[in-house]
Amino acid sequence: MALSGIEIFKLLPKTNCKKCGFPTCLAFAMALAQGKTEIGKCPDISEEAKSKLSEASAPPIRTFSLGKGEKAVKVGGETVMFRHDKKFFNPTVLGVNIKDDLNDEELVKRAKEVVDSEIERVGQKLRVEAISIEYASNNPERFESAVKAVAESAPDAILILNCGDPSVLERAVKLVADRRPLLYSATDANAEALANIAKANNVPLAVSAEGPEALSALTEKIKALGVEDLVLDPRPKNAGEMIQHNTIIRRAALKKGFKPLGYPIINLVTREDSLLEANIAAISIAKYASIVVLSSIEKWKNLALFTLRQNIYTDPQVPMQVEQKIYKIGEPTPESPLLITTNFSLTYFIVAGEVENSKVPSWLAVMDCEGLSVLTAWAAGKFVASKIANFIKESGVENQIKHRELIIPGQVAILSGALEDKLEGWKVIVGPREANGIPTFLRNRAA
Amino acid sequence: MAFTLPKESYSGKVLSLTFGKDDKAVTIGGEDTLPFLSFEGSIPNRPAIAYEIQDSPIDDWPETLKAVYKDVSDDPVKWARYCQDELKAQAIALRLVSTHPDRENRSADDAAKTVSEVLSAVETPLIILGSNHVEKDSEVLVKVSEAASGHNCVIGKAQEGNYKTIVAAALAHNHKLIAMSELDINLAKQLNILITQMGFDKSRLITDPMCSALGYGLEYTYSVMERIRLAALMQNDATMQPPILGDVGMYVWKTKETMAEESDVPEWGAIEERGIAWESITATSMIMAGANLLIMRHPKAVEVVKKIIDELI
Repeated sequence: MALSGIEIFKLLPKTNCKKCGFPTCLAFAMALAQGKTEIGKCPDISEEAKSKLSEASAPPIRTFSLGKGEKAVKVGGETVMFRHDKKFFNPTVLGVNIKDDLNDEELVKRAKEVVDSEIERVGQKLRVEAISIEYASNNPERFESAVKAVAESAPDAILILNCGDPSVLERAVKLVADRRPLLYSATDANAEALANIAKANNVPLAVSAEGPEALSALTEKIKALGVEDLVLDPRPKNAGEMIQHNTIIRRAALKKGFKPLGYPIINLVTREDSLLEANIAAISIAKYASIVVLSSIEKWKNLALFTLRQNIYTDPQVPMQVEQKIYKIGEPTPESPLLITTNFSLTYFIVAGEVENSKVPSWLAVMDCEGLSVLTAWAAGKFVASKIANFIKESGVENQIKHRELIIPGQVAILSGALEDKLEGWKVIVGPREANGIPTFLRNRAA
Repeated sequence: MAFTLPKESYSGKVLSLTFGKDDKAVTIGGEDTLPFLSFEGSIPNRPAIAYEIQDSPIDDWPETLKAVYKDVSDDPVKWARYCQDELKAQAIALRLVSTHPDRENRSADDAAKTVSEVLSAVETPLIILGSNHVEKDSEVLVKVSEAASGHNCVIGKAQEGNYKTIVAAALAHNHKLIAMSELDINLAKQLNILITQMGFDKSRLITDPMCSALGYGLEYTYSVMERIRLAALMQNDATMQPPILGDVGMYVWKTKETMAEESDVPEWGAIEERGIAWESITATSMIMAGANLLIMRHPKAVEVVKKIIDELI
């Protein structure tokens, strides 16, 4: 369990030498307790105190990187059961499983699907990050050549070597050790051999056993062998077991400080029906998996899962924002109406959706109000006449439209007089109070 | 270190609620644990799914969805029968869109007539929804409550601006009631309190904290639902214990992701699968957060969510 600042202070040399960058040992202790610095910054601490501290100050769920280089991805490090309590930190890694008994052409094609999976949504680049190569051929040479082919075709992908046979795995891992692949998976039968391979190659290791209790026994054994970057697979038989196992693992780690389960979770969600698989993956993303391995990655499926992952991992305390600019809804002409709203993403989505429903092509000016909704932004002094006038003038919309009429949200009708004063030559029109009034409002104006 | 099962103990319980009649009646709620954690509580009832139908030919649904109902959507009675007989619907949600002043602006009496016809054509439990126009709904839902008297329907939605007349009607004609507020746990709680203060028993209420589609605020609905469930179970907050509704279809099927042709957005993949995935994943997320009742549109999305529930329970 975490130590308090005072408890940490007792273990420090109390010399106030300042070499750690803090003015006193107490200040350093306080920063350590808050996780803002590392114990390694203290040059004079005893080995004994150091091991005591690093054990106690380790986060309840271990954090480490999968893959190497620019596209390496952090997993683990979660601190809450419910996203509204703080936030979920490290978004679930999505991967696809490819069997090594496919022919080379097919293998390369599947690997390329991963490379081409990247799309952009609300300003973020989203993609399938990982490829699991499964040893299904029962032919060690085949596995090696499949690993090579996939690694070459997808140079940025995180590799998961899905093979429980130590002798086969040992040869394959050497081919891609510099990519820091995840080994899948250590079981009761091969734990020692796989732990040794993971240790020798300095790569993370997945551990699989039926349920959290069996898993915890196995991780303790493997940790004792010197491997600490572990990933847990509780091998659920169905979605119900999956949510229960995942919940038990995270709860044991966070609420009980139970170290043997303090690792990120991997779920293999393979189902024959791809739509069903997409929904199982959705459950896995919402309920605590750090890695989800799928059996197929159609574009529609990726889009839906990327979006869900983005939604679940959004920081609830930081409003999602959209870019400040003049958006086109439909195919607006210089005569089309111009509406304005704020850049809180939910406000934008609802307003843009209703404008779209009106079937009246329009210009929608979205103003940066630091992600606040209309009424809040007005109350905070961010959505006021002078700022709106500046935005409209600087946006260049005057070159895009011929008329000079601006429709403002009904909630801020009070602004219309001041805004007409600041926006010379413009007429300000008060729109509906609620977004759902927009279709009627626009259709009536168009009629 | 020895493993001990980290069980949570809950002081509260979700209220169970039954609507419909006889052996077709549907019961939802009743669990005393967070969604699907059967290792630490009991979950007596599965989440239920109602098919949405409308009282006026559909105009704003995407083609891929319209096509499913092309032979029946011109008539709510045919449509209801199709849901009951062909789709084996557990429940049907009739949305009286034509009463909206911006649509056909049909009268409350017309709506009551439609409701009577549907009720005499099917035995499947019925959820009767207004057009989400605050003033008009308070007229329409009063009339339809009367027309549906004795059928133990779910009536909705009562909102802050119109709940009084609707609550009185649901009370007088023995219906269950949906109370809807907008994405705020405190507003949801306040509305439930106002409604129960009128003498409407909380065991007959369904809370609708407002749904949102995947990619369009889903995380807000998700977290509000989770917080309502936690309040009900951990704090034993009686005002937060009614079952929760996820009105999924109407929010999903107006998003760009369900409408855009693959030729316009090749990177989004096949339009039909995309729409079905959008609705089913939104619905699956809602039941993970605590929803007990879903209103959905596409039969394939309903089918996959049923399979998910089979795996979860």
